[in-house]
Parts: sequence; structure tokens; C-alpha cells
Amino acid sequence: MVTKTNTTLAPVSLKATGATRRRLYVQALFKGIFGLAAFLTVGVTVLIVLSLLVPALRFFSQVSLGEFFGSTRWAPLFEPPGFGVWPIIAGTAWTTAIALVVAIPCGLGVAVYLSEYAHRRVRAIIKPFLEILAGIPTVVLGFFGLYLVNPEIVQRFWPIGTVSTFSGLAAGLVVGIMIVPTVASLSEDAMTAVPRGLREGGFALGGTRREVATKVVFPAAISGIVAAIVLAGSRAIGETTIVLLVAGSRPTFGWNPGEQMQSMASFIGFAGIGDQPTGSTGYLTIFAVGLLLFVITFVLNIISIRIVRRFREVYE
Amino acid sequence: MKSRTIRLLALLGALALVLAACGGGADDSTTSSAAEDATTAAGEAGGGELEGDIVIDGSSTVTPLITVAAEDFQAENPAVRVTVATSGTGGGFEKFCVGETDVSMASRPISEEETSTCESNAIEPVEFIVANDALSVIVNPGNDWTTCLTVDHLNTMWSPDSEGTVTNWNQIDPSFPDQALALFGAGSDSGTFDYFTDEINGEEGAIRTDYNPSEDDNVTIVGVEGDVGAVGFLGLSYVLENEGRIIPLGVDGGGGCVAPSAETVIDGTYVPLGRPLFVYFKAESLARPEVGAFAQYYADNQESITETALFIPLSEEQSAQQQAELDAIASG
Amino acid sequence: MTDLAQRQVTATDLRASSPRRKLFDALFKLFLWVSLGVALGTLVTLLVDLIAEGWERLNSALVVNMPSARPERAGIQSAIMGSLWVVGLTALISIPTGVGAAIYLEEFAKKDRWYNRIIELNIQNLASVPSVVYGILGLAFIARGFLSFGFTVITAALILTLVVLPTVVIASREALRAVPNSLRDGSLALGATEWETVYKQVLPAAVPGIATGTILSTSRALGESAPLLLVGALTFVTFNPEGLDSSYTVLPLAIFRFISEARIEFRPLAAAASVVLLIILLGMNSIAIFLRNRFEKKLR
Repeated sequence: MVTKTNTTLAPVSLKATGATRRRLYVQALFKGIFGLAAFLTVGVTVLIVLSLLVPALRFFSQVSLGEFFGSTRWAPLFEPPGFGVWPIIAGTAWTTAIALVVAIPCGLGVAVYLSEYAHRRVRAIIKPFLEILAGIPTVVLGFFGLYLVNPEIVQRFWPIGTVSTFSGLAAGLVVGIMIVPTVASLSEDAMTAVPRGLREGGFALGGTRREVATKVVFPAAISGIVAAIVLAGSRAIGETTIVLLVAGSRPTFGWNPGEQMQSMASFIGFAGIGDQPTGSTGYLTIFAVGLLLFVITFVLNIISIRIVRRFREVYE
Repeated sequence: MKSRTIRLLALLGALALVLAACGGGADDSTTSSAAEDATTAAGEAGGGELEGDIVIDGSSTVTPLITVAAEDFQAENPAVRVTVATSGTGGGFEKFCVGETDVSMASRPISEEETSTCESNAIEPVEFIVANDALSVIVNPGNDWTTCLTVDHLNTMWSPDSEGTVTNWNQIDPSFPDQALALFGAGSDSGTFDYFTDEINGEEGAIRTDYNPSEDDNVTIVGVEGDVGAVGFLGLSYVLENEGRIIPLGVDGGGGCVAPSAETVIDGTYVPLGRPLFVYFKAESLARPEVGAFAQYYADNQESITETALFIPLSEEQSAQQQAELDAIASG
Repeated sequence: MTDLAQRQVTATDLRASSPRRKLFDALFKLFLWVSLGVALGTLVTLLVDLIAEGWERLNSALVVNMPSARPERAGIQSAIMGSLWVVGLTALISIPTGVGAAIYLEEFAKKDRWYNRIIELNIQNLASVPSVVYGILGLAFIARGFLSFGFTVITAALILTLVVLPTVVIASREALRAVPNSLRDGSLALGATEWETVYKQVLPAAVPGIATGTILSTSRALGESAPLLLVGALTFVTFNPEGLDSSYTVLPLAIFRFISEARIEFRPLAAAASVVLLIILLGMNSIAIFLRNRFEKKLR
């Protein structure tokens, strides 16, 4: 039996002393610096919004919202100017739609192949090529679109009307090629994240590779796939250089993608090169359209995050 | 995966080897010293080393001319930094009149408004005529129905009233075939634009807006080259540089069809689209030795520069006037 | 007894039964091959086209010469040097900032705090903003407006920093996450502060992943054209940058300029310059992937 001696222990101070205190100061310092860096990123968004909002508001004090969203004549740099934004929204919609029509089947096909069908070694060869495709600068793709895709493919085969040297169709096709790697690699990531157990269950029940891929893996990975597509779509919406080089600079508002067209992003590029006088309405238009573009991609991003959160299947 | 890395490195190495070993055929000995062809005999700058920055901006029509001059001048005076940007005649003046540039290139004279903006910022523009130009109307080589258009034709084609309505060649003239019109031309920041609209539509800036505008004249060339029913307008130097790809039309300004060329512009028969091209120096900048030397270099080598750039040279009169101006500045 | 006999399963039953399923299987596989073909075929066509069109100008003169109004002697030296300056500066600014932010978010920030979640959401957003919007920001606040740096190298670097920063942060975070927690726990158990743990254990382990991510982000900056269109990189510049306030041009915009030149002799130059740009990018990506592969095994 141990006798408990009545020793009152003096309370031990947990306060740091000496060397430890110095180390903690150093830690606080670095924490502060890095925290600042992180907060800076918020500052960037604030700056973006400010840089767009202030001139855009000035723009809307000169041009009514009614005209902006009501008219279909887009000619902000001419006299008399037209500020109806629909033609460039239509141009953006056309190029994005065509790009997605190309990229979704192609990208998903590549993703399914890589994730469900390909040998390890085949994957190892193909993936670098996809990464190369992903890294091709947009100006090079623009060259490709202008001097090969449009003359050799679109001008030759498009049946509606005469296709000029510039067409929204060619631009859309090339933008589609640009975003195929995005769709493919993100979808593939989503599919490979599906646990093997699910696949093996499918095979055990007698499914063929196709059936397992399309009925088991694909639905299981759907949230990641949709997120990939939305991300690719927002990249297509914001693409400037390709559309600027390949689709021309004449805003049209029609049903024929073989025509020239101008998207929101390519208008910004076009006006930027032309270097409008600071403060003129033409200059302010850049900001108004920029704001519209930013809002659209922002909303798309939120939607994509929501979709991922709602439909994500968490395994284990 | 190691094999992946190896493959990539092999590809890279192969490409690098190809690049280094071959050479394709172009002359390896061409270097950046442009001294061979440039006429360096005349107009040599003084013995001292000139240095400084010269910022030039403005018309895309004049750009090919000034870039040749800038390049050759820099070859002789390597410590001088000349940059040439192409914001269009209007854009160029904007920057010029707030003091951002030393030289502004323009394919039309400076306007009164611009002059007063300059004056209110204490900028004094000094005007020089650097070359002549025939603003040309071009069509596709497959266009076999016309070799000449009257000013009325052009007006019908480009007028603001034709926006959305005139879309076919047979609406320009009933003798023309049923062929969709595709219009290409300079954008609204361009002096070419200002000049063309002024002469053809009667008012500067008045034009239908459903055409394909661009500050890049290559867009006009490529556009017209790619479409049988296309028509465009741009400076003659671009036409001469791209013979065979596009065809210049004769213009009937009331005295019969006149084809654009150096002769018809200098003798004044190519109307109404013959015009001089300008360059405006900031008076303050001209006082700097390197800028003054650049101006003098241009004046001395004007003929060979315009020839290299495929521009129409100055007439004797214009040349003499230019030199007189320079002398006045140098002495005064 | 008879039930059992009837229920005897033969081997053939395990294969795809109906010819219909077999047909769909074959068609699906065809679709996959076609997709692959389109993607890879386009890439190959593009590369072949570029090399074919640019062949005559692919030599050392291209890289040594300066831009010229005369196509026969035009080159891209000032563009290459301009790109090196701009991208180098971009890396210098964006890597410390991005890695720092990533360290904060992964190692120090309490994930449930509202402000930290806003930062995370914000970075995700910034990653999907079109790059041309950053150009507008640059035009308004960096080239003109508040900073008024003009159309110079530093303006371009700051804008590109903003473009790649979200990607650097995200990539660095992935690299930090990949470091097993046991490393951290062990260090803390031995009495190190969190910062010391990061500095001496986590970071060294994460360096290869961070290096890969930052090299890839920087290579993206090399290929960007849209934001710089708005801030004067399209100028005819025949000298290499000499300081932060120098006028400049970069390789993608030199290519853009060649495409915009009216004389057809410039087209092979555009193709050749594109090949040079692709080689540089390929080189950078190879280094990044090499690093990733080399050090991937170590952490297992």
C-alpha cells in the first residue's frame, strides 16, 4: 500500500519560455505571411470584380440596360453605335455548343477507353499524348483552325450557304479539340476513382465490359463527369484567341454556324487590340462584356460545385 | 512510369536533333544586321552613339513602312530602342495627344478635334508626309464579272442604308451575277476607314456595320482570298505584297476607270481614293537627338524604304517639302 | 433431383449471350476507337501540318534573328527573350505566393472556419475565370489606373501571376496532401512546432510534387496569349527586354503577329515559331513529369 504523501504540486505553467518561445514566434510569423498569401487570393477576386464593376456601371449610365439586353445590333465601335449584346451571346453559345458536341463524345470515349479498356502500357503511351494536346497554346490552335480546319473541312463540306474564310463552325470545332483533354482526363479520374468492387460485381453478374462501363462505372462517376463537362464548357465560353483568329470579327445573330461570328471573349480581344481611347463608350464596353462573361463563368462554377456535392457517391 | 518518361525525352531529343541538324533550306547566314540591303551610305548619323527610346503607334497602313525604317535605323544605331505598335490612326492619336508616344502614324490628316486635344495637353504635332497610297478595292481572283466599280457602286455596297438589305452582287449592278456579297475592311479605329467612308459615303465614319472589320489588313486579304463573292478595301502596299491572291479593281471617280498604281496616284488620276500617308512627330521629341536623327534618316532613305515596303514614294515636290521642313526644325 | 439436373450451368452460358449484346459491344468499342482516333489524329495532323508548313524556316536563324518587316530575315529572338523574362518573373512572384497560400490552407488553417472556406471556394472560382478577364483587370489596374506600369514586362508578369496563381495553389495543395500524416504526427510527437514540422518534414517530402505542379503552371503562362493582347504585347519589338519597365513581346503573340501579317511569306514563320514554342513547352512538361516519376516512389 502506497502512502499518499500530501504533496501539493505547484501548478505548472504551460507558458512557453526561452527557446520554445522563439520557435513559436517564428511559427506565428510564417503563419502570418502564408495567411496573407492566402488572403491575397480573395483580394484578387475583389480586384477583378472592382475592375469590372466600376467601369461597367459607368457604361450602363451611358447605355441603358434596355438597349443592352433588348437590341440585336452589336456595333459598339461604329457610328452610330449599336449596343445590343445578343449577337455576341449568340456567338458564344454557338462556339460553345459546337465545342461541347465535339468534346463530350470524344472526351468521354477516350476516358472510358483509358479507364475501362486499355492495358496499363497502352495507357502509359496515350496519356502523354493527351497531355501534349492539353498543352497546345491557343494561338497555335488558332493557326490550325484558320489555315487548315476552315478551308479544308468547313468550307468544303458545310452545306448551308457559302462559308467565308472565317466561320463560327471552324472556331467551335477547334475549341472542341482544345477541351477534349479536359473532359477526358477529369472524367477518367472520376471513373478510376470508382472502386474495383463495383466493377467486379458487375462482371460477376455476367456483364460485358461495355455493360459494366456504361451501367456501373459511368453512373457511379457521374458527378465527376458532369463537373468535368461543366468545367470544359466554361473554358470554351471564355476562349478568346481561337475565336478571334478563326471566327472573324463580324457579329452575326443567325442560325447558320458557317457564318462569321463574334463571341463575348473574342470581342474583348478585338476591342483590346484596337485600343479604344480610355474612357470612351467603346472602351467601357470591354468592361461591361467582361462583367457579363465573369458572371456567367462564376454561376457555372457554382452550379458545378453544387452538382458534385449533390451527386457525389462517397465510397467507404 | 519510366517508359513514359523515356518516350517523352526521346521525342524531345529527336525534335531537337532535327532542328539542329537540318535547317530546311533557308539561308543560315541571314542575321539580324540588316546592313546588307539598307542604304547606309547616305544619311549616316553622326559619330556619337545615339541612344534612347522612340515610341511609335498608329495606322496599320503606315506600319509596314515605318517598321522597315525603324529596323534599319536601329541596325545603325543599336543603342536606340524603337517600338512600333498598331492601334489604328485614331488610337494612335489618342495616345499621342496625351504624350504616351513620340510618333503617330496616320493614313489621314490629323483632325481638328485631335489637334485641339493635343494642344490642351501641350503637345505640338509636326506633320510629315511619308508616302502616297492608293486605297484599293480588292476582289477574289474568281470574280470574273467586274474589273472596275464606280463610286456609286461602292456607295451602294458600303452605305449605312445598305445594312442588312444589300447582300448580293446583283443588287450593286443588275449585270452582276447572283452571288452573295462578303465584305471585309478596316475597323473604325483606322485612318483607312475614315478616309474610305469619307470619300465613298460622304461622311467620315458612315458605313454599314455588317461587314467584317479588322485592324489587321491580313484579315481583309485572307477574307477576300477565301470567298468568291468577297470584296475589301485596304492600302495598295498590301495589294502589291499579295499579288495573285487578290485582284485590285479599277475605280471610276467620274473620269473613267483608273487602276491603282504608283503613277496614277502621283499624277492624281486615281480619284477619289488616292491619298498621302502621314507621320506626326511630337515637337518636344524631335528636339531629342535620336528622334531628330530618325526623322532625318527617313528623309534621306525615303526612296529605298518605300520601295522595300512596296509603297508609293513621294513626288519630287513632296520630297523637297519634307526636307525643307526638316531643315527648318534643325535650324530653328 | 431433376431440378438440379435442369439447372446445370454450362460454360458457354457465361459468355455474352445474345448476338444483340455482342453487336452493341462491338459498336461501343468502335465508338471508343473513333474517339481516340479523333483526339490523337487531330493532334498528329496539327503537328504534321505545323512542321510541314514551317519546315523551310526551322533553323537557327529563326531563333537568332529579330522580328523584321522583311519576312526573309524575320526571327523571334526578342519574343523568346521576352517570354523568358515574363515567365521567369511570373514564376518568381507566383510560386512563393502560391506555395505559401497552399501551406497555410493545408497545414495551418482550421478547415471549418468560414473565412477559410471562402478562400477555398474563391480559389476554385478563380481557376475557372477566363484568362482574358485577367487581362481586363491588368488593363484597368496594372497597365493604367492605380499602378500605371504601362505596357511593360512587369505588367505582363503581374497579370500572368494572377492567371496561374490558382493553379499553383491547387497543385501545391495536392502535393502537400499526398504527404502521409504519419510524418506530421511523428514530428509533432517529438516536440516540433507545426511550422517546424512543415519546414523540416512536410515540405521536403512535398517538393517534387510542388515542383511538378509549379512547372506545369508556369508552362501554361508561357502559352497564354489572350490576357497579354490587351496590354500591348502585340507590338513590333526588335530588342530584348532590358529591365522591368521594358517594352516586350512574347512568343505566342509573335505567332499571333505573324498570322496577322498580310504577306504570305509570314505564314511559314508562324508555323515555325509555333514549333519552337511547342518544343519549349514539351521540354518543360517533360522535366515536370520526370520529376514526378522519379520521386513518386519515394513516398510509398
